[in-house]
Amino acid sequence: MNGSPNTLPRWTRDQMAARVARDIADGAVVNLGIGLPTLVANHLPADREVVLHSENGVIGMGPAPAPGAEDFDLINAGKQPVTLLPGGAFFHHADSFAMMRGGHLDVCVLGAFQVSARGDLANWHTGAPGAIPAVGGAMDLAIGAKKTYVMMEHTTRQGESKLVEACTYPLTGLACVSRVYTDLAVIDLGAEGAVVVDRVPGLAFEQLQALTAIALRQA
Amino acid sequence: MINKIVDSAAAALADVKDGATVMIGGFGTAGQPDVLIDALIAQGARDLTIVNNNAGNGDVGLAALLAAGRVRKIVCSFPRQADSHHFDRLYREGRLELELVPQGNLAERIRAAGAGIGGFFTPTGYGTLLAEGKETREIDGRMYVLERPLHADFALVKAERGDRWGNLTYRMTARNFGPIMATAAKCTVATVHEVAELGALDPEAIVTPGLFVQRVVHIPRQATRGAGFRAD
Repeated sequence: MNGSPNTLPRWTRDQMAARVARDIADGAVVNLGIGLPTLVANHLPADREVVLHSENGVIGMGPAPAPGAEDFDLINAGKQPVTLLPGGAFFHHADSFAMMRGGHLDVCVLGAFQVSARGDLANWHTGAPGAIPAVGGAMDLAIGAKKTYVMMEHTTRQGESKLVEACTYPLTGLACVSRVYTDLAVIDLGAEGAVVVDRVPGLAFEQLQALTAIALRQA
Repeated sequence: MINKIVDSAAAALADVKDGATVMIGGFGTAGQPDVLIDALIAQGARDLTIVNNNAGNGDVGLAALLAAGRVRKIVCSFPRQADSHHFDRLYREGRLELELVPQGNLAERIRAAGAGIGGFFTPTGYGTLLAEGKETREIDGRMYVLERPLHADFALVKAERGDRWGNLTYRMTARNFGPIMATAAKCTVATVHEVAELGALDPEAIVTPGLFVQRVVHIPRQATRGAGFRAD
């Protein structure tokens, strides 16, 4: 292996979020999943108008309210209080998921346990005995948007690649992920295979490949 | 004269029978009809099948209904949360059946029931554990799963304003499952914070037309509780 994983340069969570935000176009309608993807909202460039959708029934979400100004009738899918921007709207659940399933969202950003070489996603269930399964909107989000991006650490805490030939965790959706943002690289998945479009500065392609369980190509 | 206004939550739920299927609106605590759930607990019906997005939070509302041992089965998308301890315990003890449904399929199954649709093919869940045993079909090159409508005997909905015909408006994201659940039940009971004179609600702003609602209970406004938990 080329260098210990502990000494590798890595993007921070905020740097990862900023890298995702850079790829979201002016005018895009976007759903940010719970957890790491939520950070992307803090990094959207001020000169772009991006419309945030949350599957519980709101579009045009603004930032978190000031302390004391929370209204618990106005929450996001993570059940955290949010605000509404001018132009925002409310709708019921069937309409909200029609927006997703019907392909009306431009980008969805999700977390993941594993992503396969062909873009299969595993992010809802570890499959561990005794684990209580909960799926929420994960399966709808995975297959609904025009583009599904994943944000995740490149490796598990044990150092295993989260990009895999075939997912070993239960699947969320088949061949649905088009791009993966990790703390080491940005990788496109598709008919051309896995193509590295960006790497953290100071990380050699060979080092990245050594930490990745699928074959990578340089853009 | 049509008058769907009922004096109390207890009166509105007096005829819920053992074994009934009851849809309960809300996403977490937003739009959760707490007063109706408390009345359902007091009413005493057992062996219920509950349809809700979640499986209760903390010790009140749906969580209290579960804790009271009244529920045989829950149909939901996201049972496991930081404060779903009553569900967790009953599920692990094998005392509560769980039908886990992807959230959008849950919403569409409810909508389909209300719209008289006998089933629909959805791409959501195809190739996953949650589609096992279900009919699949390729349509124009894409794979779909057959999902069936979800009907109920009762729907308990928290709305904002209503009138004696049962017309309803909602408040912000507390709307969530209310409008579709109201269409899918034989008897929809809605709480409203304000009863408006007939004709006072803006017809352009009525979300649930009154024909979907059988009973309306006036509950003066209480602050919506904080969720009290965060997603993991």
